[in-house]
Amino acid sequence: MSALVQTVYFVAAVLFIVGLKRMSSPKTARGGIVWAGAGMLAATLATFFTPGLSNFGLMIAAIVIGGGIAYVSGKRVAMTDMPQMIALYNGMGGGAAAAIAAVELIKGIGHDPVVLVLAVLGALIGAVSFSGSLVAFAKLQGWMKRTLRFPSQQALNLGVFAATVVFGIVLAAVTQSPWVVAVFFILALAVGVLMTLPIGGADMPVVISLYNALTGLAVAFEGFVLNNAAMIIAGTVVGAAGTLLTQLMARAMNRPISNVLFGSFGAVSGVEEEAVEGSLKPIDAADVAVMMAYANKVVIVPGYGMAVAQAQHKIWELAKQLIDRGVKVSFAIHPVAGRMPGHMNVLLAEAGVPYDLIFDLEEINPDFPNADVALVIGANDVVNPVARTNPDSPIYGMPILDVDKAKNVVVIKRGKGAGFSGIENALFYKDNTRMLYGDGQDMATKLIQAVKSF
Amino acid sequence: MIEGITALYIFMLAAFTGYEVIGRVPVILHTPLMSGSNFVHGIVLVGAMVALGHAETGAEQVIGFVAVLLAVMNAVGGYVVTERMLEMFKSSKESGG
Repeated sequence: MSALVQTVYFVAAVLFIVGLKRMSSPKTARGGIVWAGAGMLAATLATFFTPGLSNFGLMIAAIVIGGGIAYVSGKRVAMTDMPQMIALYNGMGGGAAAAIAAVELIKGIGHDPVVLVLAVLGALIGAVSFSGSLVAFAKLQGWMKRTLRFPSQQALNLGVFAATVVFGIVLAAVTQSPWVVAVFFILALAVGVLMTLPIGGADMPVVISLYNALTGLAVAFEGFVLNNAAMIIAGTVVGAAGTLLTQLMARAMNRPISNVLFGSFGAVSGVEEEAVEGSLKPIDAADVAVMMAYANKVVIVPGYGMAVAQAQHKIWELAKQLIDRGVKVSFAIHPVAGRMPGHMNVLLAEAGVPYDLIFDLEEINPDFPNADVALVIGANDVVNPVARTNPDSPIYGMPILDVDKAKNVVVIKRGKGAGFSGIENALFYKDNTRMLYGDGQDMATKLIQAVKSF
Repeated sequence: MIEGITALYIFMLAAFTGYEVIGRVPVILHTPLMSGSNFVHGIVLVGAMVALGHAETGAEQVIGFVAVLLAVMNAVGGYVVTERMLEMFKSSKESGG
């Protein structure tokens, strides 16, 4: 590899790390992606000058076609659909790492056992990340509504995984004949699918983050195989960062990662749930508007329902009106509200909510007792006080937003059903809680009109 | 050429770097950061280009082509969605509200 290419790779690695660092603070985040992008562009251009390459026509064709598709789809996707788009692009990366391994294995990469083992490991991880991410995408996109569970599923998954490992060992130690490679890849892809099928939508954020980390690792391993320092560094950095991010998310949900992957939400309900006491008390939009217009402090708690209703713009309009009237408005965001950590932040940012009005769980929880009105829109499990009180509940122990401590609680909700996890929400039955039934966007519009009229 | 033990050092240091970089990130940036790191592993593109560039048989060319195709989608798509997300982060001072 020429010195020029090596130098550019080194610069690219530096740019990636600086870019990621800048992305981890709101003030510099916007510049961060540009730094990383510059690194990517430089590394890609430099690669064309790697000595001994051919097939440039195919290479450019693939770049133009793939780049075009990804550019258009990335520009068009709605902010609410971001999570599945990230899952999809991540899957592509994993697939690419696996495909590199396939080429190298078929071609024969010598007999260095370390290189062979790393190639096979990268292939396994990349393929699992590829097919798993595609299933996650299909689930979030709504193409696959049900979580598939059947008897002795765990045993089947374990069996397929064991078979994959056996073929992997054969591949690394005995022969790299094309049919062994093919069977190995089919099995590895099946592992990803089988692993992701039984995982419910509520756990998808953690799963996507995990696959993101895995892709990073696969890229790093293939970097070792190809002797490519840029891939090793960038892949490893993402692998480590992604692992930490996955842990942060799992901790926010109070669910160990093993539990997400091998336990199953909802299947826990062998435990009898405590009957919830009290009744659901509906309220009109006009009454809610009065309550908020004359409040000192209003806390708005968005959840996935807001994303579905696309209500973020209306909610911010409502908040601005309240602010103009002198009401203190803040937004409270649970770490796992929505389908991705920070999903709500992105949507609120899209609507133009300044980030200094948005507060994390730890920041806002002491404030709830001072709030006159807590407006919950489309959030459910993350405000369910059962997580504090009922040890039998599947969400027991998960930190929640203490919405129930506000003086008045208004819940905007489509219907009377339970939350994503299927758990009855005790908050809705409390004396200081009122239910505003309807579509989030319609209700927000009504509230805006009503507040205007005062 | 990267020798075995040097590669291991690179791996170890890069892992620490990744861990530290994310260390104290506010929840508000979790999604963009996940998306950003998703973009960064799009560097797999350079590997895919090398694999395709060295491909000889038809099968190698096909798989290599698929590798480049997938990798470039990772990189370009990851960049576009991350940029769109980060574009929206403004403080109330900047937006004048």
